[in-house]
Amino acid sequence: MCSLTLFPPPLPDGQTTLCESNNELLSGNNTQNASPMSLHFPRESLKLHSRTESSSKAAFLDHSETLWMRSAAAWRDGGLTGLLNEITDSNSEVPKWLSVGSGCILALLRWMSSFHGSLFPHLTLSSEDMIAEFSQVLNWSDCVVRAFAWHPHTDKFAVALLDESIKIYNPKSTTTPTLKHRLQRNVAAMQWKPLCASALAVACQNCVLVWHVDPCSLSARPSSSCAQVLSHPGHAPVTSIAWSPSGALLLSASPMDTSMMVWDVAAESCVPLQRVGGGGVTFLSWSPDGSHVLASTPSALFRVWETRMWTCERWPCLKGRCQSGCWSPDGSRLLFAVEGETVIYALTFAGAPDISTSSLKGPQAAAVVADLSETTFHTEDGDLIVGGEIQSLAWDPRGERLAVLLKGDPQATNRPAIIAVFKTRTSPIFELLPCGFVQGEPGVEPRMMQFHPNFQHGALLTVCWSSGRITHVPFYFLTSAVPLVGLSGSPSLLHPLERPADFASQSLFTELLS
Amino acid sequence: MFAADSGCWFTQKVLCWRAAASVAWSVLLLPASTAAFVVLSKLSVLHPVQMFADCVSVLLSAGSVFSFVLLAGVIIMVGFLTFEYYTVIPSIACSKVALLGQLLHPRQLLYCLAHGVMGVVVGWSCAVTIGYRYERLAYLCPQKDRDGLLHMCLNEHHLLLLLEGGFVGLSHSLLGVIQNLNYVSFGTVQQHKYLCFKASLPLAAKCSAAQAFYSVRNFVLLYFFLGHIPRAWMCKSLSLHLDSSAHPLDSISGLLDLSLLYLLWISATYLLFSWYMTLLLFRIFVTEAYSFPVQSTFTEEAPQCLPKVLSEKQPMILKFLALQDLSLLSQHSPSRRSQVFSLSQPGGHPHNWNAISKECLSLLADLTQRLVSYHETVATNGRTKSLSSGSDRKTSSESSGTEDLASCRPTFLMKTPASVFLRSVGAGPQSPLTSPFTPDLDSPFASPTLRQLTSPVDPGSPWHGVVQSPHVMRRAPKLWSTSTDSQRNGSPPASPATLPTPKPESSKPSFLAQFFQNRREQVKHFMAKRMLVMYLFTKLPEASSQALFADGQAHIWALDGLSYLVQASFTEDQFGVVQTTLPSILSSMLLLQEAVDRHFKLPHASSKPVRSTISLGDSSHKTLRFALRATLKTAIYRITTTFGAHLHAVQLSAEHRKRLQHFLEYKE
Repeated sequence: MCSLTLFPPPLPDGQTTLCESNNELLSGNNTQNASPMSLHFPRESLKLHSRTESSSKAAFLDHSETLWMRSAAAWRDGGLTGLLNEITDSNSEVPKWLSVGSGCILALLRWMSSFHGSLFPHLTLSSEDMIAEFSQVLNWSDCVVRAFAWHPHTDKFAVALLDESIKIYNPKSTTTPTLKHRLQRNVAAMQWKPLCASALAVACQNCVLVWHVDPCSLSARPSSSCAQVLSHPGHAPVTSIAWSPSGALLLSASPMDTSMMVWDVAAESCVPLQRVGGGGVTFLSWSPDGSHVLASTPSALFRVWETRMWTCERWPCLKGRCQSGCWSPDGSRLLFAVEGETVIYALTFAGAPDISTSSLKGPQAAAVVADLSETTFHTEDGDLIVGGEIQSLAWDPRGERLAVLLKGDPQATNRPAIIAVFKTRTSPIFELLPCGFVQGEPGVEPRMMQFHPNFQHGALLTVCWSSGRITHVPFYFLTSAVPLVGLSGSPSLLHPLERPADFASQSLFTELLS
Repeated sequence: MFAADSGCWFTQKVLCWRAAASVAWSVLLLPASTAAFVVLSKLSVLHPVQMFADCVSVLLSAGSVFSFVLLAGVIIMVGFLTFEYYTVIPSIACSKVALLGQLLHPRQLLYCLAHGVMGVVVGWSCAVTIGYRYERLAYLCPQKDRDGLLHMCLNEHHLLLLLEGGFVGLSHSLLGVIQNLNYVSFGTVQQHKYLCFKASLPLAAKCSAAQAFYSVRNFVLLYFFLGHIPRAWMCKSLSLHLDSSAHPLDSISGLLDLSLLYLLWISATYLLFSWYMTLLLFRIFVTEAYSFPVQSTFTEEAPQCLPKVLSEKQPMILKFLALQDLSLLSQHSPSRRSQVFSLSQPGGHPHNWNAISKECLSLLADLTQRLVSYHETVATNGRTKSLSSGSDRKTSSESSGTEDLASCRPTFLMKTPASVFLRSVGAGPQSPLTSPFTPDLDSPFASPTLRQLTSPVDPGSPWHGVVQSPHVMRRAPKLWSTSTDSQRNGSPPASPATLPTPKPESSKPSFLAQFFQNRREQVKHFMAKRMLVMYLFTKLPEASSQALFADGQAHIWALDGLSYLVQASFTEDQFGVVQTTLPSILSSMLLLQEAVDRHFKLPHASSKPVRSTISLGDSSHKTLRFALRATLKTAIYRITTTFGAHLHAVQLSAEHRKRLQHFLEYKE
């Protein structure tokens, strides 16, 4: 069951995808002024830090301090390991037994940590590599736009850039506030707080920052006192955060920490939810109805938490860790992708658990809904291979379009990263149909994508490209399931009804088949 | 215990069982911690086999069984005291003197004394378990006296352990007052009890080790200076002799015995850990969510249903659990929500919804009034100060301190007994909810405005309902100020500790009252110049703001419950019962929002408290006001997001409509 063969072939070079209308993707070749809404952040315009702090440290360290001072500094900077290192290194100043003893302890510690590391290989990564490894963004360390977040209720969005700043764009105001903070380094994810106009949570290397950006304020540079710092020892780097849809709680996850934190942001207090298996938590996704949370680990295991009593279900995978996942709008279906496999799995859950049935009553096994293995398309410019592993998944808030970011192969020129879009239907039965590929300018690959949370006329996919450009691809369609409230505002070029006959012939997956 | 109130069934049927279960678990867990203590006390790296044999023999001996029974008795006693003294509303001292008052309250002293005695008992058990030179209080003197007779000598090591136990017990109970150890807070997320306990166990171990370290340090210092007193008293009362050959322990060389210090620390850790476990288990058991039925088919069960229970005043925890249940059901349970929205049979009245919404709205209105009146007090104080201290510019800073004192005084006078006696005394005429910050209404010093503001709103009066805007209230003092000027001008009541207040006389503005007022001013100025008095009476920063939101958790749940129910009513409310109350819900939320916004403009109110160091005392009450502010905003957004443009059809005042428009446009 190779799904990608049913897709329309990718566009020829020089064409970019503009929108979907009348049930087909339209393309154009005027790339320069594709849309007034598109933003561009050229790499050259950003002032980057030329050197990291750790590399410049050795050049400036003052060695004339006393041993006592140096030990204290080492304790502060590097903890126990740093202290032992310092004592072992300065063996001319300390008694022999002390330096030998600390050397032995250090060796023992290293042996133990290497043992631990052999159990969980990700622990040996540096924190920057770890973020790059587990981020939802393709090739995160090289990305100009490191994170992107739409506001859940309004048309504003936040963009985190390579130079550790965050810009907030609001079509209704002319000011674009720039957020900078001492602790805001290596932003891995951002999310706006639901049911709030101002709060933006940012997952940083050492902490979670919650910015309060007053929408009425005219200040272009909010001070760092507008940010709350949420940190917990051992909980760094933070690679994923998730607000509860009710806006009450914030979850944060770190691959280094086996517990995920439930933050009461206003009180700055946290409750750790610890489950040792897996060796950390890499990716979180809260279902839109608030009843379940997907938490994937660096091992071949992920968990689905139920949010009433915070119990969890373990889901061991066969091949690799769970790379990405997304929930259907009613929270009943979870789609996820596993590293090392080229398929999308689906899990179905019973509706929101009532108080009487607080435990999860989930399915017994996941079903394969789409196979995205490599497919060769013969185009004018030669053969193009599409397919492979999945970097991230996104489902539009109405549950009608599913976007899949495929990794591609950076070495091979004819196998680029690409976004494949499926049409989906969740009721009465779950169906998956091909829609098409979303492509950008030649030589530019997509890095991350997000659907607009409340686009009136269908779905709006925002894509951040490797060139630093952010574009929006609208999908115009009529919703079949949702009561037609906003019909009057829908554009006229829409075809009134989708043709079910087409779908039946092309259908990739329906629950009836499986 | 509660004089004929209907919350009694809850205490008998639920609370007592929960407390008993928690105590039973802590007794069951006692052998584990005792075993750990025995192993640690016998610790020797060089002879592991002998250590193991020692431990087994100690654990199986008859003496350890007896001491174990004794320890179980202590745990039961600690559990009982925790049950008697716990509170869901923290008592927050506004000044040093108020804290002192809390510490020296007879009920509190009794608590400390009991803990001291239990500490001695635990110390004795530890001494017996450790054995060796610590086992007995007296031993046969090695030397004979002049007559050649053998005497019993005092074993100072044993005495040291006994005293240490008592000291640690006392300091634990005293620190408990300062750290609000008896305050039971409700968790952010619901978890199963076992997981909660497992998660908090490392913290308890860490806290008890750290606390034991500081206690032992203090105890050793104390014993070094004052150790001869208990020793001499013990010798005298038990007619024991001092061993002249043994080294006295209240000397530097005597106390610098590493094994002795280690054992002191271990036994103090053991004592604190077993008590902390009891406390933790109690907190976990008692705060477990309880599901009240929304409605019952039997009339005799009606007092146990949610709408009735919500309006209970005593015990306080019943109201808290009911509100928690309301917030949970509104979020997670469609079937119970449908019961809330249902109509009565026969009659067709939405009794459930009416009762629930009325209680929640009255809670919110109560907080609004409290905030407004607090704001009034602060504002009035500022005005009075400028009038009275106009002649004396030099002492303006000092007098501001005394003004703070005055504003804090109602808390001191009423708060201490109200909080300490909260559970022993039945519900007074005033609800304990309002007690922390309502000024003394019977006192002649309270202005009529305040009296009006703080009194329960009469439904018939124009103050009720939508008209009740803080702007109207704010205008009121100006109207009244001319007539009450003689009373209010410069008459912040003096400190109760320094002057007996002549109450009856000053109620009528006469020459005598004027005279007393002047005297009081003089005394106040005199006292304000003394450093110690100032130190004791200066208000602690942000304490009054904390005290104002001490029961904020109840309001947070009320806001959550209301907003979720209103959100659910958009699709689930078949009869439209919520629609009738929607205007009053919105207006009371917006009023509260306005009051909270104004409160956060005060100094100290928006400053974050310092992160507390490692302690088991719950500091979550310090941030309740921030949580309340966030919840309030989210609650209003929840309603506006759900209803959207439909809200334009809701009857609201123009001011509220404007405010609501901000929320609809996501500009708040």
